[in-house]
Amino acid sequence: MTTLQVFVDGVGVYAPGLNGWAHARTVFAAPQTYQATHLQLPSIDSLPAAERRRLGVAVKLAMAAGYDATQQSLIDLQQLATVFASSAGDCDNCHHILEALSSSDRAISPTRFHNSVHNAAAGYWSIASGSQKPSTSLSAYDAGFGAALLEAASQIRSNAQPCLLVAFDTPYPQPLHDLRKIANPFGVALLLTPQRQTTTLCGLTLELTQEPAHPMSTPDLETIRCNVPAARALPLLSALATLQPQNLVIEYLPGLNLAITLQP
Amino acid sequence: MRADMQDFDCRNNRLAQLALEQDGFIQSVQAAAERYGRKRIGVFLGSSTSGILSSEQAYRERDPVSGALPASHSYRHTHNMFSVADFVRHYADLQGPAYVVSTACSSSAKVFGIAQRMIGCGLIDAAVVGGVDSLCLTTLYGFNSLQLVSSHPCMPFDAERDGISIGEGAAFILLERADQAQTDDILLSGVGESSDAHHMSSPHPEGLGARLAMQAALDMAGLQPESIGYINLHGTATPSNDAAEDLGVTSLFGTTTPCSSTKGHTGHTLGAAGAVEAVICAIALRYDFLPGGVGTRTTDPRLHCNYLLANQGLAINHALSNSFGFGGSNCSLLLSRKRA
Repeated sequence: MTTLQVFVDGVGVYAPGLNGWAHARTVFAAPQTYQATHLQLPSIDSLPAAERRRLGVAVKLAMAAGYDATQQSLIDLQQLATVFASSAGDCDNCHHILEALSSSDRAISPTRFHNSVHNAAAGYWSIASGSQKPSTSLSAYDAGFGAALLEAASQIRSNAQPCLLVAFDTPYPQPLHDLRKIANPFGVALLLTPQRQTTTLCGLTLELTQEPAHPMSTPDLETIRCNVPAARALPLLSALATLQPQNLVIEYLPGLNLAITLQP
Repeated sequence: MRADMQDFDCRNNRLAQLALEQDGFIQSVQAAAERYGRKRIGVFLGSSTSGILSSEQAYRERDPVSGALPASHSYRHTHNMFSVADFVRHYADLQGPAYVVSTACSSSAKVFGIAQRMIGCGLIDAAVVGGVDSLCLTTLYGFNSLQLVSSHPCMPFDAERDGISIGEGAAFILLERADQAQTDDILLSGVGESSDAHHMSSPHPEGLGARLAMQAALDMAGLQPESIGYINLHGTATPSNDAAEDLGVTSLFGTTTPCSSTKGHTGHTLGAAGAVEAVICAIALRYDFLPGGVGTRTTDPRLHCNYLLANQGLAINHALSNSFGFGGSNCSLLLSRKRA
């Protein structure tokens, strides 16, 4: 079987009870201590105030995870390619547009419209970082994290350039929440590189597999894994917290998962 | 909608099915599945709004008391951005990797790069790539709020151009490993991607991001600008987009390479434009035919690329297709005809 090897240079995560990677790794080291709290996000100071005012929670979440993963790295953000994945982008913004379009006047604002594009987070990231490198924005319903990992790894193996992966999801408000139950916000980022370097945390070897995905060891975190697409990353985040050599399987599409071997 | 695919029934997936059933395409996909195996074929599609029209309609039918959407609304199989790839993967019974790229109007150009990389890495042997976008209120009212919609059929590169005509479209391409390519086959010889890092809905005024994408496509193909026989411009017909693209094109290619936008023929098919216009480039290469722009009367004297106003018969070896989207997402595809 074909395998793809990449190296992890940084990790970022924000979710209720996971306040950045430095905090989250202590939680993963003792998962029974996990406590869901309100999502706490740092302010995004890298954008001009005019742009910053336009950001919804989904974009702030994506950017916070991205900065968390890159803050310890020596890699120049201006030279960094990006892969963003989200089931549905900014779900609050989508709901407001749908409400407006079902009203009598149907007018929507320019800001609502340009925030509605699925690549809004990627667009704001590129403006904030000044990166003119390639950027893509994916959706795969529940499989977005696996899709982003496959995409980032195949980019890195093709062009030997580092890549920042960001997967994020936020809940829809009602009435769409009844039809698409995303339980809570979750943003995860991985700074991936083609070669081991002094700042490397570990190597990852990826392979498509039909083996079932691994669950989390505690009910709280397993519930989040199953109910937020981006949280399908949790078994990998947990492995990255301890950095022990191990094999794990994360969920991608039905019948097609991703086997990952972690090499410290 | 095919009987076993009723869950996916919406305007966007109906359009996808219509396109899949043209020109023996689905039969070619099934033949590839026989050759390579169903797990060895990926599905990578672009869309900007997927089947959001279904949720627009459902919001107008909310329960007046509870606010609930009609029980018949299938969000997952219609509105969700992945829906069209999920639909095509099931319709063709393919089992390889799949996802949707949604980077506004560059979406279905960028999927060619995904397939190329995955084939290159050995993850798959072939992929169904393409794009599907259909009319919805979100794009109609959204582009209108930005005052980017023309009140006439659009006039790319015309001095009097005043905005886009929103179109809808679907195009699919079966990409396979190139090691068995035959004379006259169409090759994907370069993919160039870049970001403007400038503004969410306006292009870089000097077309810098566009130029970076075109240069990257040339670099991957190992070709010089003078080798390119035709450029299918993004050419949306907004004053600023065409001006920025013209600067990007002429700074790299000079003013002699034949160019045109086919948005006058098709309207702007948004997330499907990359795939639709790649097919137009393939036709140009296969049939020695350069399409003149439709709708344009007098090219803008402030724009300097060699804009074709009439069809031209000419055998060319390489064609470039530009697709640029909101968020500053740029992609150029370089297609070539394999010569003996």
